[in-house]
Amino acid sequence: MNTHMKTLVKTFALALVCGSLTLATGTANAAGGAPKPPKQEWSFNGMFGTFDRAAAQRGFQVYREVCAGCHSLRQIDFRHLAGIGYSEAQIKAFAKEAEVTDGPNDEGEMFTRSGIPADALPKPFANDKAAAAANSGKAPPDLSLMVKARLGGPDYLYALLTGYGAAPAGVDVPEGGNYNKYFPGHVIAMAPPLSDDGVEYQDGTKASVAQMAHDVTTFLAWTAEPELEARKSMGLKVLIFLIILTGLLFRVKKVIWKDVH
Amino acid sequence: MSSHSSREFSNPLVKWIEYRLPVFSFLDDSLGGNYPTPKNLNYWWNFGSLAGIVLGIMLVTGIVLAMHYTAHVDYAFDSVERIMRDVNYGWLIRYIHMNGASMFFIVVYIHMFRGLYYGSYQAPRELLWMIGVFILLAMMATAFMGYVLPWGQMSFWGATVITNLFSAIPWVGDAIVTLLWGGFSVDNPTLNRFFSLHYLMPFVIVGLVVVHIWALHVHKSNNPIGIDAKTDQDTIPFHPYYTVKDLYGLGVFMIFFMFFVFYAPNFFGEPDNYIEANPLVTPPHIVPEWYFLPYYAILRAFTGDFFLYAYTPLAWIMTAKLAGVLAMFASILLLLAMPWLDGSKVKSSKFRPLYAMFFWLFFLDCIILGVVGGKPAEGVWIYIGQASTTYYFAHLLVIVPLVSRLERPKAPPESISAAVTAKGQG
Amino acid sequence: MSDTANPAQGAEIDEKTRRDFLFTTTGAVGAVGAAIAAWPFIDQMNPAADTLALSSTEVDLAPIAEGQSITVVWRGKPVFIRHRTAAEIADAKEGDKQALPDPESDEARVKKPEWLVMVGVCTHLGCIPLGNKSGEAKGEFGGWFCPCHGSHYDTSGRIRKGPAPKNLPVPEYAFISDSRVKIG
Repeated sequence: MNTHMKTLVKTFALALVCGSLTLATGTANAAGGAPKPPKQEWSFNGMFGTFDRAAAQRGFQVYREVCAGCHSLRQIDFRHLAGIGYSEAQIKAFAKEAEVTDGPNDEGEMFTRSGIPADALPKPFANDKAAAAANSGKAPPDLSLMVKARLGGPDYLYALLTGYGAAPAGVDVPEGGNYNKYFPGHVIAMAPPLSDDGVEYQDGTKASVAQMAHDVTTFLAWTAEPELEARKSMGLKVLIFLIILTGLLFRVKKVIWKDVH
Repeated sequence: MSSHSSREFSNPLVKWIEYRLPVFSFLDDSLGGNYPTPKNLNYWWNFGSLAGIVLGIMLVTGIVLAMHYTAHVDYAFDSVERIMRDVNYGWLIRYIHMNGASMFFIVVYIHMFRGLYYGSYQAPRELLWMIGVFILLAMMATAFMGYVLPWGQMSFWGATVITNLFSAIPWVGDAIVTLLWGGFSVDNPTLNRFFSLHYLMPFVIVGLVVVHIWALHVHKSNNPIGIDAKTDQDTIPFHPYYTVKDLYGLGVFMIFFMFFVFYAPNFFGEPDNYIEANPLVTPPHIVPEWYFLPYYAILRAFTGDFFLYAYTPLAWIMTAKLAGVLAMFASILLLLAMPWLDGSKVKSSKFRPLYAMFFWLFFLDCIILGVVGGKPAEGVWIYIGQASTTYYFAHLLVIVPLVSRLERPKAPPESISAAVTAKGQG
Repeated sequence: MSDTANPAQGAEIDEKTRRDFLFTTTGAVGAVGAAIAAWPFIDQMNPAADTLALSSTEVDLAPIAEGQSITVVWRGKPVFIRHRTAAEIADAKEGDKQALPDPESDEARVKKPEWLVMVGVCTHLGCIPLGNKSGEAKGEFGGWFCPCHGSHYDTSGRIRKGPAPKNLPVPEYAFISDSRVKIG
């Protein structure tokens, strides 16, 4: 084996060692002794992933009817909803339903008006302290980035929403807590938010807990990464371009170095 | 550097400029046909130019991001999200900058390990090496402050932990920490000054890089056999040979870089940093960015019951915390002494098989330290951390000085051209 | 010297053309890539999505009684909306026949004669003219008066006297219903 091959093999072995070390340290248990969430199928996974518009819209309905009572979605304005396929008319309609505080007016007072597409989605509580006060001292977190803010991402979120149940023997659940298989520490303050047929889907899909968990997770994956589709499609073009250009540069290098080798 | 060049340029505009400001002959002397480079450089020599290019990318993306970022505790997190969602191509520029930082350290660490393996720090390139260590320190300061700016949980708590380290300094420690914070904890004054300094430091790095390249150009590059060029037979002009090779290497690197930007943009990051900073809630595991993990492991290795400090006369001033801080800085500053720790007459590890073996063990040790730094400081990881920290310093302070002086190296070839000819025949 | 005299020379020339083609192609591909890569860095300075979302404002006209004006903010600037009286409309039409510093008919400045919509920034040096609120000076032509350097605007918002060179600008607007306008 000539030295060039030897170096290549060594480099590859090196990369393999580093890679496996990185992976080895990341796997095994998630934090707090909770098991790793099982992998789900998501329309937005993979190099060609996109957001299933129907699922995302159903998920938005779940958010509005179930989650929005306690969880804000601060980073989303009504106009952003065009990203999951709503028309301008639909967005205007959603916005109009919302009551938005504006002002101060010429008398120096704050007033309320109906929303416009440029407004942010309404918040359930005026501020964090009010949110905590209404929820036994712990404010329900904002959900805009939840899919990126938790290890396991959408898989974790889905597992959490479907992971409620009776505590196994020997596990003590204190007053006010709920047992959840996938939550680190197993005791979560949030009561199970989803129940079968809790929401009546406009497209007629059966609203089982699993379905609602899938849909709201798809919706939240979009709120966390609205640029995903543009990013992956641009990525494909960029990588193909770079591979072609690098191939050309390799040939150029070989040609120029011919007389030295 | 000062004499008028004797070469003639034919283009009248070029001649006009050259007479007033000799940029063209300068370029020719430093990059072009007049800059002799060893003809046997392998691909490990690409990483210097790669580092310079990544620096340029970080500067451009950073300046653009600064057009949209607000450095105030109430607005910082949201301003970054606005960049990701509303600014045209904001997500792209942010992800390039975020992953570019990781790329910068990958490239620089490989560049440094190349230097360690081939003895590039040896005479007459000691200053070149030392300037490089200062560039690394400047990079670390820049990266640390940059990570605070998005004002996520890790931003805030990482800043709190690291700035608190300075309280370990005897007598003046607390005053220094208050000065750094501009208050009684990491808060708005801290964020504001970190933004200012984060914008400044890269230009300091540029200045250091200029001096780094100036030093390089005095004695030119080292090479895989560690024998400096003696005749014209040993060298080839930088352009077109290495310009083209560097461009090809850049292409390969960009594929690697852009893969992360477009398909795994949060691979190097921490999910907790997508939660806005909360001074009243500490995350379960505070972890710095991956490129700081080895130093973090060294810092945490000095627990209360480790180390002889308890028995030394310094016990009244030395705490475990201070020992950890000093060891952490020493792990980088000791590198400055490499030219003197390594006493071998032969530069390249190609001819020093024992030294080469210890090089790979050292490399492995650095990886292990990195893994330890990412783990919670409990159980078996404490012992692994202490063992690998001991080995790190043992390598630099004991193994290198001894092996370099005791090993009988293989005979290197007479010259670069001799080596290249031999390789061609072999 | 004939090109084809030496076949080896022919092969050499062939080789050179291949080289040149390779270099030119690579250079061209690289240049195109660089240009495409530069675009995001320029486009990011264009108005962001949230800025564009506020580029138009809808105003409800129902609460504005005849003879009243309101001021709304549009793209950071004040916009005067006046519900003109019949007398004011007549005055504006009279003004059509006068010699105007910036000739423009009243008809060209309104969509419905009773509604006057214009950007309330004096075309001289940018002050906000008085006349929108009751009790404010209206100037010699019954419209608006700029206190900074004494420009007088008529009931159609046209400059009649003073240093301002142009009439108060009429922004792009449309009636989306009888009592609602969308500006911008």
